Amino acid sequence: MKFLSEFRDPALVERLVDELHRTVRGDWTLMEVCGGQTHSLVKNGLMDLLPAGVRMVHGPGCPVCVTPVPLIDLAVRLVLEHGATVFSFGDMLRVPGTTRSLAQAKAAGGDVRVVYSPLEAVAFAKANPGRQVVFFAVGFETTAPANALALVHAHREGLRNFSLLASQVLVPPAMAAVLADPASTIQGFLAAGHVCTIMGLDEYEPIVARFRVPVVVTGFEPVDLLHGILMAVSQLERGEARLENQYARVVRPEGNPDARRVLREVFRVADREWRGIGTIPASGLEVREEFADFDAKVRFGLEDAPEPASAGCIAGKVLRGQARPTECPHFGQACTPLTPVGAPMVSSEGACAAYWHVAQAPVTLVRGGRHG
Amino acid sequence: MTLACPAPTGDGGHVIMGHGSGGLLSQQLLDRAVFSRFRAPELAQRHDGAVLAFEGPVAFSTDGYVIAPIEFPGGTIGELAVHGTINDLAMCGAMAEVLSLGLILEEGLPLATLDRVLAAAADACEAAGVRVVTGDTKVVERGKGDGIYITTAGIGRVHPRAAITASRIAPGDAILLNAPIAAHGIAIMSVREGLAFETPTVSDTRALHRAVAALLDRCGEAVHCLRDATRGGVGAVLAELAQQGGQGMRIRQTALPIAEAVEGACELLGLDPLYVANEGVFVAIVDGAHADAALAALRAAPGGDGAVRIGTVGEDRSGQVLLESAIGGARIVHLPPGEQLPRIC
Repeated sequence: MKFLSEFRDPALVERLVDELHRTVRGDWTLMEVCGGQTHSLVKNGLMDLLPAGVRMVHGPGCPVCVTPVPLIDLAVRLVLEHGATVFSFGDMLRVPGTTRSLAQAKAAGGDVRVVYSPLEAVAFAKANPGRQVVFFAVGFETTAPANALALVHAHREGLRNFSLLASQVLVPPAMAAVLADPASTIQGFLAAGHVCTIMGLDEYEPIVARFRVPVVVTGFEPVDLLHGILMAVSQLERGEARLENQYARVVRPEGNPDARRVLREVFRVADREWRGIGTIPASGLEVREEFADFDAKVRFGLEDAPEPASAGCIAGKVLRGQARPTECPHFGQACTPLTPVGAPMVSSEGACAAYWHVAQAPVTLVRGGRHG
Repeated sequence: MTLACPAPTGDGGHVIMGHGSGGLLSQQLLDRAVFSRFRAPELAQRHDGAVLAFEGPVAFSTDGYVIAPIEFPGGTIGELAVHGTINDLAMCGAMAEVLSLGLILEEGLPLATLDRVLAAAADACEAAGVRVVTGDTKVVERGKGDGIYITTAGIGRVHPRAAITASRIAPGDAILLNAPIAAHGIAIMSVREGLAFETPTVSDTRALHRAVAALLDRCGEAVHCLRDATRGGVGAVLAELAQQGGQGMRIRQTALPIAEAVEGACELLGLDPLYVANEGVFVAIVDGAHADAALAALRAAPGGDGAVRIGTVGEDRSGQVLLESAIGGARIVHLPPGEQLPRIC
């Protein structure tokens, strides 16, 4: 496939892996921020090719993983108690709430639908004026503009039956929170390429300056990831800390001004609770008061509840890169992709699910040693 | 082959509850929709069942078909129901001869849709050389079905040289596929999601018994196991076979056959083609020494022209499937936990 196969080229991968092995002297811990990157690392077997001196820890960039339980409960209540039709992105359906997931709410008779685009929910609302339609707006800066646009469309159409249940989070504050934690071992970041496609690069300079860590904006294909890791490790070996853009074919320094504009128009920045991490100041997006009619919380009079603790689940530490999923007492026991206790076991982007899959690998089969 | 229907169709005709009453309306519907198309002598007796005579071992299989939409690019639920049971029998090393056809119709189903579905089923039977010898029709109230559900059961004669079971999977066996993967699932998704791709993808629904017969004629007992990769795709089937047989398997990502348009759609939709459903793809696990002969036999048979080897059964007893990625990494192919849900980002 054009524009994809080039970045999955085995010869290029091999060259990058060789160069990485030649470059690494020390022991370095890098965090890839985005769940899409985690997914690609695992799916392509890239972890297997890295030198022993490079340790990748998986960041909080899985929107499914960091959506607080009370918000899922709200979505379930909208379905079962308010009789609303809730539209959601696919993998949100299986995340356990306090008593039910959205998939279970659907099985209990609720109207829950999976979509690829929030505009489909707007179209449904327009065609079904008798139904209250809620779009569960989960995601990072990547999904926020499309979700904002859905609201703008609904507003323009004068729809009285469409609203957003917003769970939008912002990446740079989370990166800062991870680094500010005294227990952090992160020495460099692969920043999320697609987030930067929207937001540009400005937000990362302060992080680089404050914490003195390399930040490399990185893409998602094997060649991108290895190149990003190589750039970060090269900086670390030279004792540098700079912002670099590996994903320049997609990410422009100024981002996407149109997308940023619609995002600002609809949302305002607010403090936000991250599942397993806690509240991070100025790390989320809420629907602006001008659009309060389209805010599901306002329309249905819903109250935020505090995040309940799930006994023994160490998702928070995993999401901050302070613990491996395998250190959790529930891992592979009570908690598997079929019966997730914590959210990182749900999405294939989640670190726990990624590790569960790898942990199933018989030791003798896992490739190792080509580079020692 | 499509036969002209003698009954007046009447534009806008729909299935009504009376069509399931067992009375005149039922008779009319059956004459029009079923007996005009399915003309086996056993069925023409209009008895409660068919009396059949077989010598030697037969295989018997049944399956229920539910799909939305009923009509999709490349097929309808009609040929799906015929091919599915033919294929289930083929995976037992048996060549289907007779089928039963059970219809559950939802009140309000346009008769024109029913006609198209049954015409497709009849054509599929004729092309495959099988006959429908018994059947049943029920009508359920509007809202209690998805237009039409079909169950088919079938009987097929077992190939004299068939010895097919997961327990015969052995180290060194070659893992073969007959055709490119993931087309059916993507064809269905593209309709459900209203996606129009530049190159439209059509379902791969097809009968596989002739490809299997050719394989067994040529390789006989060297064919250790067959499994059609329907729901859960090739990934789920391999993971299950490895689990059942207790052997480790290795497959190569670069060897997996997939049409470029299908691969592109999977990328776009965030789906792993290994777990996307097929309706005309099967996995054959064959003694390694017979791999080339098996491929040659498949490629010369209908439904097998895209046959390739995708991997090998390992020496280990891990019971797991390892996929060597295109770039030289490795990952485990798992039994998917449930339906494949698109990722957010």
